[in-house]
Amino acid sequence: MLSKNGIPTAEDLKKVMPSEERLARGAVSITECFQNIPCNPCVTSCPQKAITMPDGINDLPRVDHELCNGCGICVSRCPGLAIFIVDKSAGGDTAVVRLPFEFLPLPQAGQYVRGLDRSGAEHGWFKVVRVTSGGAKNKTYTISLEVPKELCMEIRNIGIGGYRDEQ
Amino acid sequence: MKKTEILVIGGGPAGLCAANAASSLGAKVLLCERDGVPGGQLVKQTHKFFGSEKQYAGDRGIQIGQMLLEQTQSDPNIEIYTDTTVLGIYEDGIATAEHDGAHLKIDAERIIVATGAAEKFLPFEGNDLPGVYGAGAVQTLMNVSGVRPAQRVLMVGAGNIGLIVSYQLMQAGVEVAAVIEGAPNIGGYLVHASKIRRLGVPILTQHTVLGAYGDGRVQRARIAQVDSSWQPVPGTEQDIECDAVCLAVGLTPLTELCWQAGCEMAYIRELSGHVPIVNEFLETTCSGIYAAGDVSGIEEASSAMVEGRLAGYSAAASLGHAPEKAAALQRAAQEELLELRSGPAGARILAGIAKVAEKGGRR
Ligand SMILES: Cc1cc2nc3c(=O)[nH]c(=O)nc-3n(C[C@H](O)[C@H](O)[C@H](O)COP(=O)(O)OP(=O)(O)OC[C@H]3O[C@@H](n4cnc5c(N)ncnc54)[C@H](O)[C@@H]3O)c2cc1C
Ligand code: SF4
Ligand code: SF4
Repeated sequence: MLSKNGIPTAEDLKKVMPSEERLARGAVSITECFQNIPCNPCVTSCPQKAITMPDGINDLPRVDHELCNGCGICVSRCPGLAIFIVDKSAGGDTAVVRLPFEFLPLPQAGQYVRGLDRSGAEHGWFKVVRVTSGGAKNKTYTISLEVPKELCMEIRNIGIGGYRDEQ
Repeated sequence: MKKTEILVIGGGPAGLCAANAASSLGAKVLLCERDGVPGGQLVKQTHKFFGSEKQYAGDRGIQIGQMLLEQTQSDPNIEIYTDTTVLGIYEDGIATAEHDGAHLKIDAERIIVATGAAEKFLPFEGNDLPGVYGAGAVQTLMNVSGVRPAQRVLMVGAGNIGLIVSYQLMQAGVEVAAVIEGAPNIGGYLVHASKIRRLGVPILTQHTVLGAYGDGRVQRARIAQVDSSWQPVPGTEQDIECDAVCLAVGLTPLTELCWQAGCEMAYIRELSGHVPIVNEFLETTCSGIYAAGDVSGIEEASSAMVEGRLAGYSAAASLGHAPEKAAALQRAAQEELLELRSGPAGARILAGIAKVAEKGGRR
């Protein structure tokens, strides 16, 4: 349970999942933020105004998945590192997961990294397709990974270091 | 004798904001900070902060501290004395300090106490072994001095500090064996917990540390499950290999100056210890002495900054500086505090403040 071990449950996640239809149309954000805390950079950073908190700063973030275009700005801005982008629009078996990363060394596009789930367990080696800087001030990078579609709702981190150039 | 209109004691977020706010209304301010660099806790906070835009949310603590400090340093109304520890506040309103290795007397018309907090410690076998640290010391070593404090750490406490310092340890290349917490639930923000859990760090609630062992330094720690009355459950002991035990078991307000000045004090559990009783403008029961930030209840930098502003406006206005402008700014700060405290995390603080009010404060 989230409040005992830090791992969100399937039930928690169900509340923030975009529809399969929306996921198939392209990149969209998923806010894995389940506690009423005084925080709202997700709301103020989104250029599309896709994230709102009708009940004020302690509200949970609510994403209008129709307004969200998956740009990823909120991912590097969120202090909880709780926002991820998933894109299932490509044909075939692979999806792209974009996640926040604040460690050194930084992997490079084209390298292979270990994909970890919400408990830190490893699920194999996956290819980095893009590394984006959050800016000189923000300093949070986002890493886009190619993963099998069935793992796109599992992989939420990468193992630090030991990156490979070949799978 | 050094003369000033307003003396601010402590250069953390509360003190810096108090100085900036008082000066913005035209008051002359002296800020004394016992460290070499003002910034308080912010100097060590490399993670991004919560809150709203008004409190610079999404920026890293260290950046917020630098920004506040630059504002203070460039303000001709504000003088900053670093390496200056205020030692006492006396009945005639004179404060004494150690400054440049000498004794300094400060004659201030108003005083804002913004001394922050001190870390709590935990009694257990071997807690005097080298390698048993407070979380604050670990952060200072890593983030201020650039020294790696250990190879593998057991973190005690899953409040925000324990969770955040665990994350920072991992960023510094230190392994975190586990984060243990006596309470049945994680006390810190769950997004911070998820962040270290997905790096593979186990978080064990209802666990305590029984002892730290080793030959002249920590080489292992023994932990065990606890029952609902925090008693270790026999048979659940396990040994964790580690070369450091880091304690993040809470902070308590650093109130010596308030006690010594004769402010009325009350023990308020929700505010994490004894706090000065203050009114809605953060004035203590000693006329002209204000308290803002963690010293009046352990909370957050976001609220410390707003409290600092409120105390700064109030002290300046009471000296006749722009009272009408001040009234509007005071109200805005009070509303900002209410908004920050409107959620479950703030409910505890509000409950504490209600108790302060019962004891004669009016905030
Ligand atoms: C690990 C950690 C993570 C945190 N993360 C967050 C976060 O993400 N978001 C958030 O909002 N808050 C966070 N906080 C809390 C936040 O840092 C504090 O609530 C805030 O710094 C309190 O501000 P303050 O000005 O009251 O006290 P402090 O920052 O403690 O500053 C007090 C200052 O007073 C000085 N001082 C004390 N006594 C004297 C004296 N006698 N004479 C002169 N100077 C004196 C001290 O040296 C210090 O510089 C965190 C705290 C820690 C420890
Ligand atoms: S991904 Fe872009 S559009 Fe979508 S919520 Fe985040 S910032 Fe807004
Ligand atoms: S910025 Fe991140 S942690 Fe803060 S409310 Fe939004 S999703 Fe949650």
